Amino acid sequence: MSYLEYTVKTTPSGLRKILYLNWPLALLLTAVAGVGFLMLYSVAGGSFQPWGEAQMKRFGLGFALMIFVAMIPIYFWRNVALLAYLVALALLVAVEFFGAVGMGAQRWIDLGFMRLQPSELMKITLVMVLAAYYDWLSLGRTSKPAFVLIPVILIMIPVFLVLKQPDLGTSILLLVAGAIMMFLAGVHWAYFAAVLAAGIGLITAVFQSRGTDWQLLADYQYRRIDTFIDPSTDPLGAGYHITQSKIALGSGGWTGRGFMQGTQSRLNFLPEKHTDFIFTTLAEEFGFLGAISLLTLYALIILFCVASAMANRDRFSSLMILGVAATFFLFFAVNMSMVMGLAPVVGVPLPLVSYGGSAMLILMIGFGLVQSAHVHRPR
Amino acid sequence: MGAAQGGFVGLLVWRMRHFQVEEADQFRLLAEENRIKIRLIPPARGQIFDRNGLVVAENVPSYRIMIEQEEVVDVDDLIERLGRIVNLDPEEIERAREEMRRTRIHPVTLADRVTWDEVSRVAVNAPALPGVHPEVGLSRRYPMLEEYAHLVGYVGPVSDYDLERIEAPDQLLRIPRFQIGKVGLEQRREDMLRGKAGTKRVEQNAAGRVIRELNRREGEPGKDIQITTDSHLQSYIHARLNGESAAVVVMDCETGDVLSTVSAPGFDPNLFVRGISVADYKALLDNKYRPLPNKSVQGIYPPGSTFKMITALAALENGTSVPDDTVYCPGHLEVSDRRFHCWKRAGHGNVDLGKSLQESCDVYYYEMALRTGIEKISEMARRLGLGVQHDLPMTSVARGLVPDRDWKRETRGEEWRIGDSVNASIGQGYVLSSPLQLAVMTARLATGRSVTPRLIKSIDGVETPTGHGEDLGLNENNLRQIRRAMYDVVNTRRGTAYGSRIITDGMRMAGKTGTSQVRNITTAERAAGVRRNEDLPWERRDHALYVNYAPYDNPKIAVAVIVEHGGGGSTAAAPIARDVTLQALYGEDPPLDAYPTKDRARIKELQARLREARPDYRAGARDRA
Repeated sequence: MSYLEYTVKTTPSGLRKILYLNWPLALLLTAVAGVGFLMLYSVAGGSFQPWGEAQMKRFGLGFALMIFVAMIPIYFWRNVALLAYLVALALLVAVEFFGAVGMGAQRWIDLGFMRLQPSELMKITLVMVLAAYYDWLSLGRTSKPAFVLIPVILIMIPVFLVLKQPDLGTSILLLVAGAIMMFLAGVHWAYFAAVLAAGIGLITAVFQSRGTDWQLLADYQYRRIDTFIDPSTDPLGAGYHITQSKIALGSGGWTGRGFMQGTQSRLNFLPEKHTDFIFTTLAEEFGFLGAISLLTLYALIILFCVASAMANRDRFSSLMILGVAATFFLFFAVNMSMVMGLAPVVGVPLPLVSYGGSAMLILMIGFGLVQSAHVHRPR
Repeated sequence: MGAAQGGFVGLLVWRMRHFQVEEADQFRLLAEENRIKIRLIPPARGQIFDRNGLVVAENVPSYRIMIEQEEVVDVDDLIERLGRIVNLDPEEIERAREEMRRTRIHPVTLADRVTWDEVSRVAVNAPALPGVHPEVGLSRRYPMLEEYAHLVGYVGPVSDYDLERIEAPDQLLRIPRFQIGKVGLEQRREDMLRGKAGTKRVEQNAAGRVIRELNRREGEPGKDIQITTDSHLQSYIHARLNGESAAVVVMDCETGDVLSTVSAPGFDPNLFVRGISVADYKALLDNKYRPLPNKSVQGIYPPGSTFKMITALAALENGTSVPDDTVYCPGHLEVSDRRFHCWKRAGHGNVDLGKSLQESCDVYYYEMALRTGIEKISEMARRLGLGVQHDLPMTSVARGLVPDRDWKRETRGEEWRIGDSVNASIGQGYVLSSPLQLAVMTARLATGRSVTPRLIKSIDGVETPTGHGEDLGLNENNLRQIRRAMYDVVNTRRGTAYGSRIITDGMRMAGKTGTSQVRNITTAERAAGVRRNEDLPWERRDHALYVNYAPYDNPKIAVAVIVEHGGGGSTAAAPIARDVTLQALYGEDPPLDAYPTKDRARIKELQARLREARPDYRAGARDRA
């Protein structure tokens, strides 16, 4: 069913739309960002410099962007989905040639006022294009091989480009997010079973190729996997991150060591304490209860999205909302697994909490789309 | 899909619970181990005072410049910039670089013992010198410089060799540049002086830099040691020896206190604390006057004629002679086809005990040795403190050598010959003794008690037992004869030390000169016209010795003097001993009327010169650095 079949009269128009935003969701997002400010204040030793203040400004900008995106009717976004995807793809190719090299990985284009990470942009545009694709595709053809191949190609092109940068974390995120989109769209389970089998085959290939000229991953990625499997083998080298992270996490106990009292982060035993490992600081200072609280906030965000998607009769909207929610879920799930030693350290930030511009803005744009779908839902 | 997400969240919660609830204690412990380190606080080393409470070894604040590598980007550039405001020793910098290569965590010393001025300059420029920190610590200082170099010794940084030698080294010794006693009292009483380390728990960051101190347990400072010496006397003797290669020991006859022990020339022990330069050390080693060894306890010499009291007393005590026995001295004595000369070729004629000591006739003692035998003489020597290692906390206190038949058989594999006894009777041949032993011998002769030397007067204010000693069980009559003869040596016109007499009644001394041959004048030399000592090169001349006690009628102090290659005991050693004796008895420059009239002008000049040369500790002006 297409959006245009519904009467437009029942949807709000003009600034009145603001009243129809999914406010509980916006509030939850702000709460999570607030936790982020608090933690950045703490890891800076009780100061909003150098991270807290910049992060607040970015969240302000992100929030404004979210409202702006939400004001624009969802059908517009559906119509530009393919274009947005192609632009993101072009940028991804562009970093190959013009990108600056930062942290050993070629990931961004310097736009002057901010550094754009096309791989972040791709996380949203991929969800958009897949949602638009399945909105266009009639339900009966969803599981036809030819029409399954198209989204697979749409997913695999950016995944390989990102993997080449190399950014293992983001490429996994893209791959899994795309797969979830296809699953939600109703692609037959047999395809997933096949892909799963192929995946296992790929992993085997990755390890078999190690040490040869055509190895699929960079040496540091192999090492990260090694230390993930057994961090204690190299406690002062590559395993240091995971070991120290676990110590910080565990030493928090039930109630934590108190705000700004975490010794692991304050004394620099924790690596990347303001970005990827910020969750450990939280767990150290606020304990099990604090960590559970943040997890609850995240879960509530997902729940509100799912509820909004269920209530939306527009296929694009509902797929879009679920896709953003799935991406969001993947962010925190991978990040937390990583710091808890359940997944290798692949460099995925904790959404809305970790210090960092691109991820924050992209997520807020994503939630802008969620809001737009909510505001402009058929009634 | 929702179920999968919910399941995953559940997994996360379960994992978190595992860490934060079940294993929280273990991880809390690991976190504490991460951040808390225990560091040692070096204790303050015990100070050393003289018998009057003057400081001999003290701890003074010393400033160091440390570098914290963690905070430095370009070490070379930093050192270059630092070098512009403080004086950096290239040798030290090389060592620092070596240390920096070994560790990246610990701070490394760039410059040690910098002046307060330099520290201030570094502090003022701190913003331009990130990673450079001035630090204050305690360092050893010897305000009396060379005067106590041999007795007290010096401290220095622990070496690998030191660590190897010590069975279970104190953790303190592992502290970089921790200083321990290397020689002398500093080394021999290291256990008392060092004290016990305290500990402090500090919080440190991942790079090992200390953030703050959590708590501390103070250690125990080293014990203060008061030694028996009198710095005033010590510095007087030092000045009096005037750079000669000589040694003097002054003992208190009553308590055995070593009032002074000087080995000249000295050296500045502070040089060693800083780490002596190769050039300075080579200069000390190459000096033919040998400044490094402590000649007063470590140096052993043939006692020469100063040994004659022992031979005489051994004869008297064993009844092989009585004081009135006379021996005819024709200038030599034939013993088993070998001719032993008296120092006086013309001979002394008929000699009794008094005259034999007074004029130091050799033939009398050859005869006494033949009558008494080496075993008895050696036994007497040991009773009087020769051939015995006195227990003094100084480096290499010598045992010396008192020979007997068994000794010769064991070490040389030869039988004792009568000629050996003859040589030993006048303190030549195998007999060797240190100035300390001669002083002990004199004190024992003067008192009849086994006076033992004592160097440490009190430890942390607690008095140590004196060396007053037991009665030696010698016949008082015999002793009196010996003492009388020694008195005559100095106070009668024919006595060998008459030139060095004291004329104040109640201060008169009893003594004995000695001249010990280093090597016989060879026939070739004799043919070339060399007859007298002065014609020989310095290192072949005889050692001059002199022992005495004073006052004669109420012995208070015993003195032993040796001037290496000084020539005759009466000319080189006795005048020094006389001056030292008076100085010790008066406790200050003695009045001129203690000296014979004809010497007074010369003595006055000498006193003025020495006052000039030495610091006046009495005036409290001990800070000469």
